[in-house]
Amino acid sequence: MIQCKTSKAIGGMGHSLKRKEDARFIQGKGNYVDDVKLPGMLYMDIVRSPYAYAKIKKINIEEAMKVPGVVAVVTGRDLEKYNLHWMPTLMSDTQMVLPTDTVMYQSQEVAAVIATTKYAARDGREAVIVEYEPMKPVIDPFKSLDPSAPVLRSDKEGKTDNHIWNWKAGDKEKTDTLFETADVVVKEQMHIPRIHVASIETCGCVADYSKVNNHLTMYMTTQAPHAIRTVIALVAGHVGLTEEKVRVIAPDIGGGFGGKVPVYPGYVIAIAVSFLVGKPVKWIEDRSENLQADSFARDYHITAEMAGTKDGKILGTRFKILADHGYTDASANPSKFPTGMFSIATGSYDYGTTYMECDAVYTNKPPGGVAYRCSFRVTEAVHAIERITDRFAFEVGKDPADLRMQNFIKKEDFPWKSPTGWIYDSGDYHAGLQKAMDALNYDELRREQAEKRAKGELMGIGISTFTEIVGAGPSKDFDILGIKMFDSAEIRVHPTGKAIARFGTKSQGQGHETTYAQIIAEELGIPAENIAIEEGDTDTAPYGLGTYASRSTPTAGAAAAIAARKLRDKARKIAAYLLEVSEDDLEWEPGKFFVKGAPEKAKTIQEIVFAAYTNHPQGMEAGFEATHYYDPPNLTFPSGAYICVVDIDRETCEIKVRRFVAIDDCGNIINPMIVQGQVHGGLTQGIAPAMYEELIYDESGNILNGTFMDYLVPTAVESPSWETGHTVTPSPHHPIGAKGVGESPTVGAPPAIANAIVDALTPFGITHLDIPITPFKIFKALQEKGVFAS
Amino acid sequence: MNKTINVTVNGAKHTLDVEPRLLLVHMIREVLSMTGTHIGCDTSSCGACTILLDGKSIKSCTVLAVQADGKSITTIEGLAPEGGPLHPLQEGFKENHGLHCGFCTPGMIMRCVELLEHNNNPTEEEIRWGISGNLCRCTGYNNIVKAVQWAGAKMRGEETPSTEPEFV
Repeated sequence: MIQCKTSKAIGGMGHSLKRKEDARFIQGKGNYVDDVKLPGMLYMDIVRSPYAYAKIKKINIEEAMKVPGVVAVVTGRDLEKYNLHWMPTLMSDTQMVLPTDTVMYQSQEVAAVIATTKYAARDGREAVIVEYEPMKPVIDPFKSLDPSAPVLRSDKEGKTDNHIWNWKAGDKEKTDTLFETADVVVKEQMHIPRIHVASIETCGCVADYSKVNNHLTMYMTTQAPHAIRTVIALVAGHVGLTEEKVRVIAPDIGGGFGGKVPVYPGYVIAIAVSFLVGKPVKWIEDRSENLQADSFARDYHITAEMAGTKDGKILGTRFKILADHGYTDASANPSKFPTGMFSIATGSYDYGTTYMECDAVYTNKPPGGVAYRCSFRVTEAVHAIERITDRFAFEVGKDPADLRMQNFIKKEDFPWKSPTGWIYDSGDYHAGLQKAMDALNYDELRREQAEKRAKGELMGIGISTFTEIVGAGPSKDFDILGIKMFDSAEIRVHPTGKAIARFGTKSQGQGHETTYAQIIAEELGIPAENIAIEEGDTDTAPYGLGTYASRSTPTAGAAAAIAARKLRDKARKIAAYLLEVSEDDLEWEPGKFFVKGAPEKAKTIQEIVFAAYTNHPQGMEAGFEATHYYDPPNLTFPSGAYICVVDIDRETCEIKVRRFVAIDDCGNIINPMIVQGQVHGGLTQGIAPAMYEELIYDESGNILNGTFMDYLVPTAVESPSWETGHTVTPSPHHPIGAKGVGESPTVGAPPAIANAIVDALTPFGITHLDIPITPFKIFKALQEKGVFAS
Repeated sequence: MNKTINVTVNGAKHTLDVEPRLLLVHMIREVLSMTGTHIGCDTSSCGACTILLDGKSIKSCTVLAVQADGKSITTIEGLAPEGGPLHPLQEGFKENHGLHCGFCTPGMIMRCVELLEHNNNPTEEEIRWGISGNLCRCTGYNNIVKAVQWAGAKMRGEETPSTEPEFV
């Protein structure tokens, strides 16, 4: 049971407050980008390439310009005049806004049609005639480094191959020596599939440039409005859009999951067109464009190895990665971390030797590598370590739960330094796994499995005990395009004791309007219902790097607590003045200061705030507001223990997830209802790549499932009934002891499911299957083992 | 060649001059400026645009505005009077945390209106199949199921189940 320090009426931390933002959403009064309608607004549609790799010979816009309502057709040649045809990616690579001569992936933007209505823009799009000269694309990342492969980025001076960068961590020599001498070494090659965030709202914007005021207001689906404002000023400052002339507004966002961090060409084209014509321009992509052209996630090919002793002690790991970035590195990682936080791949286990290396390559696929509900490549890392740990347990003949218990970092060993240098802040991995095992009576399940195996039935139990690394991050290491990854909160309390607080983050469904209010309620005793929360408007909110990588609570949530504590310090001074006692004579309980030993002599926070405006001590600054920019001293390390039970039909190979228990430890909990909701949602986004989702390309670079007809986002039928629970190990360095939770389930679920399915198939000698694991994949694997006739 | 149609939307009668190809969802969003009905895909897969057409839940991206001629439409805005009281499903979604980003919510609720009209006491499995034409990317569906069960109880005049999270 979570203990609350505040009453339900105040609604501080630990209360399952119903969400403040829901009122508008359940009544159809949300305000998403596509709901923005401005006078004289034009609509933009985009012509896209049918080829993965081709020269553009000619773009004929004559017929398109004849379409009633079409105002303009913009090509790369038009943008080139303003030097806006290329833009930087967040990883300091470069990306075309519109091409001048070559297209690099199927569905790449080729031209933009601007018209007075949505339908006219689409008609115009159909009338643009583009002549291409197709070339043989590079699709397989393993072949991209062949000497015979064409050099895709010939735009880069001196580029002679398709290699982007090489990254390493750990100790190669020590690790190689260990693997040569260890008693047991296991190895698997695994692919973490290319997938898409597929938030139900696609991306879009309304760019509203006023020639009169030389000012741009950009309504936009962005998770990081301030960073976008700075990027716009950096890219378009030379044409007069300096930072004070740009206002970015992220209205309600229909799911982000990392897919709304990057700057897509459509945004830039809309700004350019609005700048040129002086009218608002709306661009809303459709679902197929979203799946086919917006940043993908994952797509890591990993060779994972583990070395250990015969009795199950893990001694070391080795990971070799090939990262397919498509035609440009458009990841959204902190600058110094090209593989994000992959180096968390050493996992939850106590050993000291590891080496990991990654090579990134270009191919003729859409750019990306975004952190899809994942703190920068943690999903890939966790899949690799949790799969190879199961493989190791199988090799040494140990139960995977026992083997994990044997190797966990012990509770008393935190803070713990990982072999790649991270300082894990806290954790209790044994307690989490034990709780998950108790929840579904693990030993009984193993007995049942043995009985079923004897009868030839396929039942599997899979475990994942992951450690996350979130809340980027400390400014000494973390920046995006040079901007340090702090975040901010500003609290203004009005004379009547009600407040508004503003943040540099941006909710996309996480419930910030409720949880931030709860943090402030906890610290100041002002009821959460009396605290309005505002995000997403760069003209009003303090600067921050936005919401992704489970960073809102670790950074902006901390900023809220500290800003509120600054106000509480001021409140103490005012209370002492009002009560005519010394500050040391006062005690605080949520909502009031009272005199020690005389609780009837008290001033409520509302009385104190009123005095700050009406009767403040002379010499003290009037008013009652505070701002804090929080630079975290360390990252936070949420963890979890997930167990999945599957039954597989021996004839059809259909997989049924019978039970899935998720025990999460995200430190102190602000709102249990919202935390649980985050876990539910992330689990469904975890089963998605484990069993259903993958963006598939043929050898010509055609996407084979670029619509919702064939990209299988789980429905309520595919999604199991999740069972959730928690343990609480507060973060010792975070002001409210919280760690962040949004991404744990997406990260932790896929290996639990994969491990369960493989566990069901171990009697046939199957030790690994790549996700998504489909019935057909199981059928083929069993066929190879002679179970089915070929 | 435009066509004149007569439609009743949330009780209000409209005579509209529309292109024959105009999708019903665009009529609602663009012509009538009622933006509670959303668009999440281009293949009739996601259900974000679900409304009631003569009481039946349909995906309004798959129907032409001209096909609604002479018919009655209910959108999320028409489910309850502005300022309340809310429809039991609206209340159920809020009480049970059946929404995160809110984008699929109007379509999901409108689908469930018809679902509960057919059967006001559905099993979990009936609810899951019943909403399988509506995608939600945020909630994992657990709490949507709870929200529908809660609303069903309320509509049956029974005590509503606890809304405390089963987060042990």
